[in-house]
Amino acid sequence: MRNSVKMLILVLIATVCCAIYLFQDLNGSYDYALPRRAIKIIAMVLTGFTIAYATVVFQTITHNRILTPSIMGLDSLYLLLQTVIIFFLGSAHLFVVNKQVNFILSVAVMIGFALLLYQFLFKKGGQSIYFLLLVGIIVGTFFSSISTFFQVLIDPNEFQIVQDRMFASFNNINSDLVWLALIIVGIVVIYAWRHVKYLDVLSLGREMAINLGVPYDSIVKQMLVIVAIFISISTALVGPITFFGLIVANLSYQFFKTYQHKVLISGAVAMGIIALVGGQWIVERVFTFSTTLSVIINFIGGVYFIYLLLKERKAA
Amino acid sequence: MIQVKALSKFYGKKAVVEDVTVTIQPGKITSFIGPNGAGKSTLLSMVSRLLDGDTGEVLVDQSDVRKIKSNDFAKRVSILKQSNYMNVRLTIRELVSFGRFPYSRGRLTAEDERIVDQSLDYMHLSVMQDRFLDELSGGQRQRAFIAMVIAQDTEYILLDEPLNNLDMKHSVQIMKILRRLVNELGKTVVIVLHDINFASVYSDWIVAMKDGRVVKDGPTAEIIQSEALKEIYDMDIPIQEVENCRICVYFNS
Repeated sequence: MRNSVKMLILVLIATVCCAIYLFQDLNGSYDYALPRRAIKIIAMVLTGFTIAYATVVFQTITHNRILTPSIMGLDSLYLLLQTVIIFFLGSAHLFVVNKQVNFILSVAVMIGFALLLYQFLFKKGGQSIYFLLLVGIIVGTFFSSISTFFQVLIDPNEFQIVQDRMFASFNNINSDLVWLALIIVGIVVIYAWRHVKYLDVLSLGREMAINLGVPYDSIVKQMLVIVAIFISISTALVGPITFFGLIVANLSYQFFKTYQHKVLISGAVAMGIIALVGGQWIVERVFTFSTTLSVIINFIGGVYFIYLLLKERKAA
Repeated sequence: MIQVKALSKFYGKKAVVEDVTVTIQPGKITSFIGPNGAGKSTLLSMVSRLLDGDTGEVLVDQSDVRKIKSNDFAKRVSILKQSNYMNVRLTIRELVSFGRFPYSRGRLTAEDERIVDQSLDYMHLSVMQDRFLDELSGGQRQRAFIAMVIAQDTEYILLDEPLNNLDMKHSVQIMKILRRLVNELGKTVVIVLHDINFASVYSDWIVAMKDGRVVKDGPTAEIIQSEALKEIYDMDIPIQEVENCRICVYFNS
């Protein structure tokens, strides 16, 4: 099967998923249900896009197909921030209740942290991306430990609010935030798409990339910033969900078997949308909200990975 | 012309390349020889700006390599390192097409395709152009990478131990190709070699390094001398002339 045909099928499935989600049992409720569902769809498409894009780019830069950008500790920073705010200011504070303020604060802190981390590392001239990852893991673990520490001390009622933030959810999406996120991501994409041509060359390795005229250090820095922005936005919008990037990115590699990042990224984005919208549909219609999207995606993704392992073993 | 001026590189306090000044003659094969750890590969990496030097400068046609735009540099100088491990699966043709990246920026024109075809022909790879790199033997792989460099169409071609892990037949094949690149296409080839006999037979100019410094720099006939080699390798190496080739018989030294 040609890759363009495969892509067409994926886009078709994604469209069908969205259509079913939007119009099933609508019963003419065009003023109430439709806009609410549409906002959720936009949020899911946005999340699917940012996570898939960020993961593929991150994996290409690090030459590693089992890493996700969460290794830089942005998810744990988000949780720490939420925990600390609720612990010190209480769940009734403006920072918690007002979603816009919370969103902007979270995005600002996460991007600020990422920039600080990059700045510190690139200034030292260590230029090793693995050092960055190592620092990310350590800082991330540190953030998680501090969060856990506060969560143990916190008032049980307040903990419920914290716990709510610990899992990605599309059930209470704030429509203003979705538009805001959409605008930011849109602007970044216009800027980022120029770099996609470099990704193919970057996957050949640093030396080959420099040989072929890629301004390696500056491009990698810019890409890492873009990854950080995307992850921050999606995390602040729906919660920590980076794990699912791993699944869609690898599915895309398996499905398309190419080195062309235009194809790989588009495929991963389409699969991300299918996974999120389809998963959310299952959560709402099949399980009637008795489980979360994370559980569904983890379950299906886990089964797929076991299948891959078994298949590879047979091939060997 | 590539000029290296007072170039040094330090790892911590240890100098791996120290105060190296050397000029690469255009239209010739220049070999870098010397013991392991002499700084040959590091020097080559700095010339091709895979590494930044700490002091000194490298000039390509009179302009500082750090001031040339990445993309323009890639049209003038290409480098092939000894290990070319990749975690993407490419066919030979796809790899060679990457050589056109500095020109096409990812969108191959008909002209690019023509040059890719030519490069494949030149390396006798046309018949197997759709095979994957990981299905090839070491010699075929190395030829594929050289085809890519040919497609890149640079005046200067730098190669870091291109004969590594190749048998006699393939080594000779690669060296003959490099010779043809210089004679037929007028390229300037700079090559790091471990086998001094290949350096003796195929190169026009030899730069010998030891402990980060250039110890000898001259035409091949001047360097392939017992006294000169003694200084470079600390070995007494007799030299025999066989069929117009000056061969270093170092096996019993």
